[in-house]
Amino acid sequence: MRNVWLIWRKEMRSYFVSPIAYILLLMCALIFGFFFWSLLQAYLQFSMEAQMRGEMFPMNMPEEITRRLLGNVPVTGLLIIPLISMRLFAEEKRTGTIELLTTSPIHDGEVILGKWLAATTMYCCLLFLSAINVAYLFFYSHPDWKPILVSYLGLVLQGAALLALGTFISTLTKNQIIAATGTFGLCLLIFVCGWVGEYNSETWARVLAYLSVSSHMDSFMKGTLDLKDAIYYVTVIVIGLFLTARSMESLRWRS
Amino acid sequence: MITVKDLTKRYARNTAVDHISFEIQKGQIVGFLGPNGAGKTSTMRMLTCFLPPTAGTATVAGFDVLEEPMEVKKRIGYLPETPPLYPEMMTGEYLSFVGSLKGLRGAELKQRIDYVSDRCSVADVRNKQLGKLSKGYRQRVGLAQAIIHNPEVLILDEPTSGLDPKQINETRDLIKSLAGDHTIILSTHILSEVEQICQQVIIISKGKLVATDTVDNLQGRSRGAESVFVEVAARNGQLDTSIVQGRLAKVRGVNRIVLKEQQPTHSRFEVETQKDEFVRGDLARAIVEAGWDLNELHSAAVSLEEIFLELTGTEAASVAKGEVVVTGAGQ
Repeated sequence: MRNVWLIWRKEMRSYFVSPIAYILLLMCALIFGFFFWSLLQAYLQFSMEAQMRGEMFPMNMPEEITRRLLGNVPVTGLLIIPLISMRLFAEEKRTGTIELLTTSPIHDGEVILGKWLAATTMYCCLLFLSAINVAYLFFYSHPDWKPILVSYLGLVLQGAALLALGTFISTLTKNQIIAATGTFGLCLLIFVCGWVGEYNSETWARVLAYLSVSSHMDSFMKGTLDLKDAIYYVTVIVIGLFLTARSMESLRWRS
Repeated sequence: MITVKDLTKRYARNTAVDHISFEIQKGQIVGFLGPNGAGKTSTMRMLTCFLPPTAGTATVAGFDVLEEPMEVKKRIGYLPETPPLYPEMMTGEYLSFVGSLKGLRGAELKQRIDYVSDRCSVADVRNKQLGKLSKGYRQRVGLAQAIIHNPEVLILDEPTSGLDPKQINETRDLIKSLAGDHTIILSTHILSEVEQICQQVIIISKGKLVATDTVDNLQGRSRGAESVFVEVAARNGQLDTSIVQGRLAKVRGVNRIVLKEQQPTHSRFEVETQKDEFVRGDLARAIVEAGWDLNELHSAAVSLEEIFLELTGTEAASVAKGEVVVTGAGQ
């Protein structure tokens, strides 16, 4: 456990010493800020029009805004996750520092866990920027915080799952750009493969829809905690980390 | 301390290490010698548990590299060919990270960091980023990280490659000074390095063990004959090398004469003598009596260089006749 913490700390530091963390933070702050601002504008407009017609505004505005804002996060995450996970192993392989880790008295599993947790933490830092926007709503209204928390849990789980796959892909190459491209391709594929289920109800289409990460997000976004969906994400995490461990072991047999 | 038996490493297409066996005693400095691509790095990587052997066994400090890699890793300090540095870390921070990885903590860790930065003279760059250090400093930080947990065995892969002559000497002195506490294996393709630092040599070529012996024995074993360099000059006018060669060949005890360098006024020869014959006085007399000037005469002990080339193949041996190789590899 101590070694996991050691690797985590090293990874966190290297995110924040290099410009990558700040560029991602800035990017997310701008994107989430823009989403929030445009949603707020739109709903203010609606509510104003409703008032002028003398009607009650038919929606709970803060909740509507958070749901839409957070609904945009998975897609944003799709673009950002490859950038977080690409360097994890590819960089160590390029500089040769992987030799230091594999010849130190520390288990492969500890290295992998530390790195993946660091990537997930980095992702959480980015998610936190969207929470700042949500926090504004609490100043001016009283939205129910429980569904929001559940939504965030879903987002973290999805991010962690995709990052586990990204960690695996990062072990396959020395080149960060290849790692990022591969991760992006894979994430996009399992993100959209559920779409076949929308107009096709044959078994294979339903299986594909079940395998897709996006189809398991809905329950979280509605604020309901569905164990089935949580288990799905945990399974993807386990598979991703397991593949990473296999790949790290095979590094030794091949290199 | 280290026992290697029939160690073999096969890759998809080639065999990098082919049934190598040797033993290394505690506290020794052993030179692992071979041309590039001979299998030095592969062997070292197997000893450090980075690569698993295809066949054969290797034990370090009594622990098998396949059975108990964790125990082996605790007892080994390893400096790969390129020091494994994180460019964004500071030197001190890096040493602290590696120390913690190796299981040090608290006051002991602090004390070891102080000790190794002092020992490897990197104390003055402790607050500098590793990516900005010069090659010499990187190498020394690499050494510092290898000895931070005071390992019983130190494995250094070409520790002096890419350094300038001054840094090479400093690094060699540092390695020599570490000898008492650690058993050291260092790989190199530079022979003079082995002659200077090591007590024992293991020579491999194309994955096979060619020779393993002490440096002294290896030097003594080869031929036993002596080589003498002479430079002969004409007093005035041209020097006819064939006449000189003919005259020198008549000296008793001379085996063979090789013309090394020919100038209009002077020439250099390498005179190979028969075993146990002392010919330098006779050579000098013969030259002076013939009316030439004797500019230079010195005996050259057979260097490891020649033994090495002799052992690692005929193809290489013919190259050895050109002086370029000898001086080029020397420093």
